[in-house]
Amino acid sequence: MIGLLQVLYRYRALISSLVSRELKARYRGSVLGFLWSFINPLLLLLTYTLVFTIILRVPQTERMSPYYLFFFSGLLPWTWFASSLLESSSVLIAGGNLIKKVLFPAEVLPTVTVLANLANFLLGLPILLGFLAWEGRLSVSLLLLPLPIIVQLVFTLGCALFLSALTVHFRDLGNILAHVLQLWFFATPILYDVEILQGTVRQLMRLNPMGHVIISYQQMLLFGYFDHWRGLAGSLVAGIVALGIGAFVFDRLRDTLSEGV
Amino acid sequence: MTDAAIVARDVSKLYRRHLGRHQFRTLKSALLTGSLISDLAPAETFTALDGVSFDVPRGSTFGVIGENGSGKSTLLKLVAGIARPSAGTLAVDGRVSALIELGAGFHPEISGRENVVINGIMLGLTRREVEARFDEIVAFAELEDFIDAPVKTYSSGMYMRLGFAVAIHVEPDVLLVDEVLAVGDEAFTRKCLDKISEFHRRGKTIVFVTHTLGLVAKMCDDVLWLRRGKIADRGDPQRVVDAYLTYVAGGEDARLLAQQASTQAALPEAGPDDEPRAGGYRPGRWGSREVEISGVRLLDDRNQERRVFAPGEALTLSLAVRAERPVEDFVFGLGLFAADGTHLYGTNTDIEAFQPRRLEGTGEVRLLIEDLRLVEGTYFVDVAAHRKDGTPYDYHRGLTTFRVKSRVKDVGVYRPRHRWAFEGNITMDAPAERPELDLGEEPSA
Repeated sequence: MIGLLQVLYRYRALISSLVSRELKARYRGSVLGFLWSFINPLLLLLTYTLVFTIILRVPQTERMSPYYLFFFSGLLPWTWFASSLLESSSVLIAGGNLIKKVLFPAEVLPTVTVLANLANFLLGLPILLGFLAWEGRLSVSLLLLPLPIIVQLVFTLGCALFLSALTVHFRDLGNILAHVLQLWFFATPILYDVEILQGTVRQLMRLNPMGHVIISYQQMLLFGYFDHWRGLAGSLVAGIVALGIGAFVFDRLRDTLSEGV
Repeated sequence: MTDAAIVARDVSKLYRRHLGRHQFRTLKSALLTGSLISDLAPAETFTALDGVSFDVPRGSTFGVIGENGSGKSTLLKLVAGIARPSAGTLAVDGRVSALIELGAGFHPEISGRENVVINGIMLGLTRREVEARFDEIVAFAELEDFIDAPVKTYSSGMYMRLGFAVAIHVEPDVLLVDEVLAVGDEAFTRKCLDKISEFHRRGKTIVFVTHTLGLVAKMCDDVLWLRRGKIADRGDPQRVVDAYLTYVAGGEDARLLAQQASTQAALPEAGPDDEPRAGGYRPGRWGSREVEISGVRLLDDRNQERRVFAPGEALTLSLAVRAERPVEDFVFGLGLFAADGTHLYGTNTDIEAFQPRRLEGTGEVRLLIEDLRLVEGTYFVDVAAHRKDGTPYDYHRGLTTFRVKSRVKDVGVYRPRHRWAFEGNITMDAPAERPELDLGEEPSA
């Protein structure tokens, strides 16, 4: 894992230019261009609001109002996590030419994916903050936001490394992943309050690193306090373990990557 | 060898053989049978390189030739560090830049300008270094007018030119070139070759993989011939290229002859001097011997065989040739080399537009050089009989030598016919003894 961090640090200039290229290229050619970075989260918000306040009614607790701000606090970071994983599962195959033809540390590619999605998340954050301000819900606890962001970054990077290397050899993973993420989404308290869960389900929830991360976001953004320290610390440990496993698997498969893609 | 840029010892590379369906193993089956680990270990392998050892001295231009699938590109990838050897060691000293896939990292949607920066960083430059070289790169690619357009609007030639320009401006210590010179029009190819020659002059190491054999013979100091992942031959470019041509043209039979010839080449006649020779110029003899050069004589203007000549003397090269069976495709050639291996002159009957008709039995070929015009030194002569396409019948490399002795100790290799003249207020005493014969001057009136 230390080796991984060294490589990423050594290639930081390349990573930063690839991330900015990724952001520039993403909306290049579309009429609204970079505005899409802001429109996308807005449309996401609109869709979920339609579905879950008009069509479907989720059992509400007091903490969950206004509901659109509640689920948006969790949905925005979740989008970062889910897109990172989905994209990184194919990033090595898409970037096969680079791995095969250019002397290039392959771990740069999934890292760029995760960081580009982080940048998108950060671009969506002002929209959420704007709505919070409108509702008069801004609080000092927002200053703690870097903490769950770092924890999520570590965990996401670990998963992304693991998935990107394995998918080269097991293409099926890409298909399975979409469904796993769908299930994981519902198993994470994004659309509902964790407090409404009871018994075994509540206990199982403790094992979900993303659950603690999302709860932390909800507290800091909407509730105006933060007391989920233990949960977030647990997620950090899980993140470090994931990064260790991801780095190890990636390193073991490194030599086979250029043949597999 | 202390000053080697690349050292390869028993390098082998195995690839997993891709067997259609077998390749797409599923995670499920891997998990069910518990074969995750063994699936990742190659079951059936293909040996792309098999125990290859060589050194490439710093500053030399090293050619790699061979048929398709002989392992050339694999070797280049190993040197570039893109792949690792399955066995053996390979050490490369210094920054490597590989002209393998030009513009591999370009993103079609963004501009040439941004791609140059990212590609440069990818190839190991810092952002500042790329920016410092930016104008030079764009000028080299001749894309000044298009550099802000997205790369997807480029023609394939423009794309490759930009890729080449970035890769060549990385300032590597070791430059790897893989058959990429078919990049643009004639003029751009010329420019690329000039750039590669410039690298050579600046003492950089170049590894050159190509099917353009003429280029190999011209640019390389040393050539490695790979055949099915093994070293078939290595050494003097002309000899190895000829041996390769013989192999490709003549198949097994001719190959044995060429091998025999190259073993003979290991036992050259002793030269008159033990002066050091640069490059890969080593005496030797090879070819299929359908036409044999059975004797080489150097004659003076009185038809006496000699080995020492004066700079202005005439020299006649006489070849005794023999063909067991009638031959209709034959060319006789001569190459003249200085002691350090510098190629001074070369010509043949084909270059000078003689049309071969028939050769059977024995004959004599004479080449009359009226005036040597060489300075003092030892010279090597290559003589050859070969097909028009270059396939050698009998190639004698450096087996004939002669010496030029002169009383005038001028330097270099070539002595043009010349005369000093002084006018105005310059007083200069003429030499007491004028070396008329030496200079080969026309008797003045």
